[in-house]
Amino acid sequence: MIAAMLRPLAVFQLRAYYDRAPSTMSAASHDAQRLATLGVAMTVVATLIFLLVVGIIGFGLWRRRNSPDALDSPADVRTPVDVSENWWILGGGLAMPVVVLAGVFLMTLSTMRAYRPAPAGAPEILVIGHQWWWEVRYPNDTVITANELHLPVGRAVHLELRSADVIHSFWAPNLEGKTDVIPGQQNEMVLRADSAGVYRAECAEYCGRQHANMALSIVAEAPADYQRWLSSTKAVAAAPANDTARAGLAVFMSHSCAFCHSIRGTPATGSFGPDLTHLGSRSTLAGGALPNTVGYLAGWISNADRLKPGTKMPASPMDGASLQAVVRYLEGLK
Amino acid sequence: MTTARITLSGLAERLDAQWATPHTVYGWFATVDHKKIGIRYLVTAFVFLLLGGIEAALMRAQLARPNGHLLSPEAYDQLFTMHGTTMIFWYASPILSGFGNYLVPLLIGSRDMAFPRLNAFSYWSFVLSGLFVYASFLAGAAPHGGWFAYVPYTGPSYSPGLNMDFYALALLFLTISTTVGAINFVVTIFTMRAPGMSLSRMPLMMWSTLTTSVATIFALPALTAALILLELDRRFGFRFFDATGGGTPLLWQHLFWVFGHPWVYIIILPATGMASMMFPTFCRRPIVGHTYIALATVSTGLFGFGVWAHHMFATGMPLLSTTFFSAASMAVSVPSGMQVFAWLATIWAARRHVFSTTFLFLLGFIVLFVIGGVSGVMTASVPYDWQVTDSYFVVAHLHYVLVGINLFPVIAAFYYWLPKMTGRLLDERLGRWNFWVMFIGANLTFFPMHFVGVRGMPRRIYTYPAGMGWDSMNMLESVGAAVFAIGVLLFLINVLWSRRAGAIAGDNPWGASSLEWSTTSPPPEYNFEIIPVVRSREPLWDAQPPATDAAVAEYRVLDDGRRTLGTTVLDGQPQEVLRMPGDSLWPLAIALTLAAMFTALLFASLAGILVTGALVLLCAGGWLWPQPEELVP
Amino acid sequence: MTGAAYPYVEAGTALPEITTGTRATGWWGMVWLCVTEAMLFACLIASYFFLRGSINGFYAEGGHYPSLTLPLPMTAILLASSATMWWGERGIRRGDQRRLRIGLALTFALGVVFLVLQSIEFRHNPLGPTVSAYHSIFYTTTGLHGAHVAMGLLMNLYVQLQAWRGHFTAKRHLAIQNVSLYWHFVDAVWIVILTCLYLSPRLW
Repeated sequence: MIAAMLRPLAVFQLRAYYDRAPSTMSAASHDAQRLATLGVAMTVVATLIFLLVVGIIGFGLWRRRNSPDALDSPADVRTPVDVSENWWILGGGLAMPVVVLAGVFLMTLSTMRAYRPAPAGAPEILVIGHQWWWEVRYPNDTVITANELHLPVGRAVHLELRSADVIHSFWAPNLEGKTDVIPGQQNEMVLRADSAGVYRAECAEYCGRQHANMALSIVAEAPADYQRWLSSTKAVAAAPANDTARAGLAVFMSHSCAFCHSIRGTPATGSFGPDLTHLGSRSTLAGGALPNTVGYLAGWISNADRLKPGTKMPASPMDGASLQAVVRYLEGLK
Repeated sequence: MTTARITLSGLAERLDAQWATPHTVYGWFATVDHKKIGIRYLVTAFVFLLLGGIEAALMRAQLARPNGHLLSPEAYDQLFTMHGTTMIFWYASPILSGFGNYLVPLLIGSRDMAFPRLNAFSYWSFVLSGLFVYASFLAGAAPHGGWFAYVPYTGPSYSPGLNMDFYALALLFLTISTTVGAINFVVTIFTMRAPGMSLSRMPLMMWSTLTTSVATIFALPALTAALILLELDRRFGFRFFDATGGGTPLLWQHLFWVFGHPWVYIIILPATGMASMMFPTFCRRPIVGHTYIALATVSTGLFGFGVWAHHMFATGMPLLSTTFFSAASMAVSVPSGMQVFAWLATIWAARRHVFSTTFLFLLGFIVLFVIGGVSGVMTASVPYDWQVTDSYFVVAHLHYVLVGINLFPVIAAFYYWLPKMTGRLLDERLGRWNFWVMFIGANLTFFPMHFVGVRGMPRRIYTYPAGMGWDSMNMLESVGAAVFAIGVLLFLINVLWSRRAGAIAGDNPWGASSLEWSTTSPPPEYNFEIIPVVRSREPLWDAQPPATDAAVAEYRVLDDGRRTLGTTVLDGQPQEVLRMPGDSLWPLAIALTLAAMFTALLFASLAGILVTGALVLLCAGGWLWPQPEELVP
Repeated sequence: MTGAAYPYVEAGTALPEITTGTRATGWWGMVWLCVTEAMLFACLIASYFFLRGSINGFYAEGGHYPSLTLPLPMTAILLASSATMWWGERGIRRGDQRRLRIGLALTFALGVVFLVLQSIEFRHNPLGPTVSAYHSIFYTTTGLHGAHVAMGLLMNLYVQLQAWRGHFTAKRHLAIQNVSLYWHFVDAVWIVILTCLYLSPRLW
């Protein structure tokens, strides 16, 4: 069983855990829609300029297509074809770009002005970037979780972004532009989803070996569902449901897991790694790198580095029964 | 006008005796001939291009499919770091220095650069610094922080190994080379132009070389400062970038980009200058808008210092700052637009078009330039940049501008000037294949990157999950990279073939107008038997080209030792005779002792640093000690 | 097209070989070197102000401003050394070997005193460069300047060796001019450092 679990990162479809691909063109918020529109508008302008230039080249070459292919004498080249330098360079090269760029700049300004600060009373969410996972806290509701962020559909939330180590960047392409997460300063952004769904956010600043596997699920849901999630996540961990799970908790406490991880309601209070209080209800593991299934969780625990090379989680080799038990316990932490 | 009585018979032999480097081992190491040094720069920089290309090929092999496992994350990180670092530092600028070194004295009608030994030194330092950074692979500790090396990841806590020390020290070594090279170009262009070559008559490649050399002198110190601060943090526990000590990682970013943005103009402007030299030849007419192009070049170099923070739009800067930098970043593209329209006008108003391989690469250059330029304007729009920065959209943009505005003109320049350097033309049929394969390959590789970036694929990731909408594009890009590599290979084959079997070029195979085409191919070591007089912007297209000047005045012969002419800055009025040094081993010696000193710094050996530092100073003393002939009162 | 008329120089005229002053290429090389080094210091000073402006509690560790007790006399000494350097250079411009040698020697001595005072200043400060970013930038900027002073002293020794052997004449002393230019440049950088790092915290 373990051998099967230790398959290298295989061709499972992570895509299934999100409602849409993390594309800036698949906008799920008004902000992202504005940005997508801005992008399309600028692309149209860019394409027109490109066609203009290619057209001039093409036509310019075509005009002289019948000229004999020979090198002229200096006397010939000294009497060049008349051309209006000023029209070309000041007209095409200066005036035209200035006009176009002024237009693009105005579009830019108008898009920037449409940004609104978070309204008073907006939920405050603290997002802390780690190598290579996201810590998510709701200070006003004393909710702590990892790699997953919930927000009510149609309501802005106020994100405070901090880093625990190096520079990261918080990017949810479906919802908003990115904001860097820089140690020593607190950056802020307003996040809002106008369609319900689960969206993928990624780390967008190179932060070390597993920069590629540092994703976060953003769940936008109806306000009632959001409140329900807040209360259930605020709650302490579910007690183990059966003997295997109880044995699993014992394994968890006796191995070094509690040094790094916390499970609220148990003696485990480590803060170096993600909070696992409600691990069972997350859809992915390891910073959005693995599906949250019994198999992958077992593989992750026994040798995390096999699945995510460079991860800070050490291998925890153990016998099959202990592994099964701790996995059973953790999956029960809904 | 009276004619001076000068002994012209035997002039070529006399000059040859004074200038020629002996064909010995000593001569090979001691030469200060700008042409030999130029060719060495070209060959060495091209080797670095190939190394960077191999790094890219490995990356594209890894990224061809999702969940790739050809490379470990650490290996991938070292490869993408070395790919960027090699290309931007050890290929893009030195290749342009190579053409500059070879061509500047020829284009201005001089016999050498202002500081020939310094020239040799800058080459040796360049190649030794490159060996230094590549030695990191042998040590299993290649730099892995990205070419931009953001702290704190590259600081002592998160990169405790030697990787980033290799990076910092190799670059500090290279900046010495680049800076002295820049100073050499500036002084040469200002003081050694041929009589009559006023600033307004000087070739456009001189304007671009001058602009970028001045820009280098102002921009490179920011990198030096950043690297010194980084090494102090790493080695001695200084707190510049440490948030817990009152520092900030943003200090690194500001210093790096104050250097980095001007640098990207430095690595493209000389190529645009070369393009401005080549277009007229194949359109059979003088360039349209010579003065505008000169102004646009200088403006771009100048404004390029005011836009650096557009690399930092997502860092939480105040909105007012981002707006300013956004406007400035859009504005800086205007002079580039002026240059493009000058070239378009030249094509439009050509007498006829000569479809040489050079011309094809120039046309490809304009197309790629425009694509890269417009995607750059898109990223200059702050809110849009918040979506596309640090994604593959930017990777697309930067490759279009670098491959388009550096590599393509460089290949064009090889087809154009290699015959002057070797005396043999390259094959035009193979050249056509070369162009189309490279052009198609480049577009296949980089155009899809716009799409995957917009579809949410971040940069600098060693792999990606399947099904996000990135899979087929990445495969296309990897196939494109293979095609592109074949194109580069075709170029290499053409160069190697031409050395053996290329048609003899003759003095001026293209019927071009600038002074280098008045010499033989290759030119004699002293370049010009008689310093030419320049009366227009296109000297060889004049009714009275300089070579057939009847009145040869003594001040233009200069055959009593290694001599060339110094002229006034604005008008090119002859002013003084400059004595040029001969071959010397001091440049190599000091480069070797510097390499030893940087190695001692790498291993933090105090005794080593002191000893090698003393050796460096001794070599400098030996170099600067006056020759006996200089002490004649 | 602009540009002076051909043939510019009468036949039979021999152009001079100018090896000193602003028409010597070597002098221009030193000018540009000073420009690039000036930019290096500008970046460090800019870093100082950037850190000061963006960090709360920039001076928190060991809170007070740097003392002026030593820097003020150091400034006077450095300025005096520029004066002696200038005096010596003017001497050789008139062919006065003795004045050149004395000027160089005095400059060297004053420069050594400057460095000795600076090392005393460093040692008297109980807080080192690793205490905070402020201390890091302070020691780096002043330390790098001290390194430039040391380099200037080495250059001084080198040309002194030549001066004592009588290498220089009124018409040929480019090395003196270059060393002198470099020395004045280093002096000017010190004035900027004094103003920005030592005086400005007292002024705003």
